[in-house]
Amino acid sequence: MTLALVKTAIELGLISSITVLALFLSYSMLNVCDLSTDGCFTFGASVGAVVAIAGYPYLSIIAAMTAGVLSGFITAFLQTKMGVDSLLAGIVVNTALYSVNIAIMGGASLLNMNKTVTVFTMAENALSGSSLADLSKLLIILIAVAIVCLFQRFFLKTKIGLAIRATGNNPDMVRSSSINPVMTTIVGLCVANAFTGLSGCLMAQYQKSVNIDIGTGMVTIALASLLIGNVFCLHRSIPVRIVGTLLGSVIFRFVYTVALRLKMPAYMLKLISSVIVILAISGPYLKSRLPLMLRSLKHKKGGAMDE
Amino acid sequence: MSDDRLMLDIRHIYKTFEPGTPGEKKVFEDFSLQIKKGDFITIIGSNGAGKSTLFNLIAGSFLTDKGQIILDGEDVTMQPDHIRARAIGRLFQDPLKGSAPGMTIEENLALAAGKGGWLSSVGKAQKKEFRERIALLGMGLEDRMQHPVGLLSGGQRQALTLMMATYNAPKVLLLDEHTAALDPATSEKVMEITNSTVKDNNLTCLMITHNMESALKTGNRTLMMSDGDIVVDVSGEKRSGLKVDDLLGMFSKASGRTLDNDRILLKDN
Repeated sequence: MTLALVKTAIELGLISSITVLALFLSYSMLNVCDLSTDGCFTFGASVGAVVAIAGYPYLSIIAAMTAGVLSGFITAFLQTKMGVDSLLAGIVVNTALYSVNIAIMGGASLLNMNKTVTVFTMAENALSGSSLADLSKLLIILIAVAIVCLFQRFFLKTKIGLAIRATGNNPDMVRSSSINPVMTTIVGLCVANAFTGLSGCLMAQYQKSVNIDIGTGMVTIALASLLIGNVFCLHRSIPVRIVGTLLGSVIFRFVYTVALRLKMPAYMLKLISSVIVILAISGPYLKSRLPLMLRSLKHKKGGAMDE
Repeated sequence: MSDDRLMLDIRHIYKTFEPGTPGEKKVFEDFSLQIKKGDFITIIGSNGAGKSTLFNLIAGSFLTDKGQIILDGEDVTMQPDHIRARAIGRLFQDPLKGSAPGMTIEENLALAAGKGGWLSSVGKAQKKEFRERIALLGMGLEDRMQHPVGLLSGGQRQALTLMMATYNAPKVLLLDEHTAALDPATSEKVMEITNSTVKDNNLTCLMITHNMESALKTGNRTLMMSDGDIVVDVSGEKRSGLKVDDLLGMFSKASGRTLDNDRILLKDN
């Protein structure tokens, strides 16, 4: 495997890791499975692309994150104030965003940014000639990831961050406390989706194009990465878990790259990520059921008098 | 100690569950209760007498159908539960209900202390204060501030919950059989902490219990409930001479039936 390939794997892994960090907030902390993630990723990508194409590369980042906040707010509002089930709220917003995203891209399902000034081309120009020129993309991505990680580390320690964690950790406790779960759910999903939007925006600018399918399967891929990260650090402190989450996304992307080199067709990505999610979630469940299943099997074979 | 100011004034409340259906259940009809500041009231009642419903109505988990609830002079009848929770602390029978198992002791206390704005976090001085206050429980928890609460025993968790509920002295503390799920020794320890917490902070407290002896021993006023009504209400001198048998007699006389609570304990074991 060439060095360039490893570098690309790391870069792509880190860009998606921002979505994984978003799910760390919504799925691991708030305990909401946010199925609008796919649409929101594309939303961030398309809004960011349109603003960048209009000539505002910095603004594109802010615009994409604002788009994410808006999408997260609607998903949260539906499930807390409008009586829509939390999974359904995500699916409905996801579906709606498909139309919205095509509308934003001016009715097209593909936008090309080959000649667009993006945060990546700007970094490349700024660093051209220096020894860091080759690493300009990685540098931009690392800065973004570092900011998101640091933000989460401090955010989850604040009063609102602790309240969000409690909402996901013990709804019974929150119900009899002064925490308003409507507020924590809304804030949590807004912040999480801002990151999803950012992740989408960076992905589009990195690939120099947006396709309406850019976010398809993102929620499953990100969950797979998150669950891989959990293997290392489920019961650790928050900073360790954030690093574990990052590690999970890079490992996921790395294994995928290796599999591609071993002639696995690229279209298998989504099947693989689904299988990882299923294994990671049902594995512990089946393990806990195993003694009962074995006993039941023995019971059937040996009759009822085995005790 | 209690003074004459009313802390909680429940005025003519009505509550019916699932009205208009075959499962309709009228719990309260024109129920009133006045509680003075500093009162520590113990409540005993038969099954389905409405004890927990009363707590749910006071805390705002359910709203009343009719009537008013006045808390320290403020009408809270229509206030949602999370707003009322700023002034009302509450403990349940299940020790797992009052704290977040995946968060550390310190983080749980930070939530309970609730000082500062939403974006503020706990500083060094406050962490020290947490340690000092939790040391008062005498359970050694002050050396485990960074442990997840999920690792604590039921008694430790209930003591922590009590501390969280009373961290900023609430106007009213509601205890719903909060020692019933604990073993006798732990239960006694938590009861001890409860008594000292209520006394030290001069809290107004309502405690549902199924232990008749503890109901007479604890607090300054005892209520017995049956079918959504208070049938026995004793306090002061009249109460201090009472024995469990007297209380049972009063209950039968007033309600026309014997106390049927499948978990009632007549005496401490």
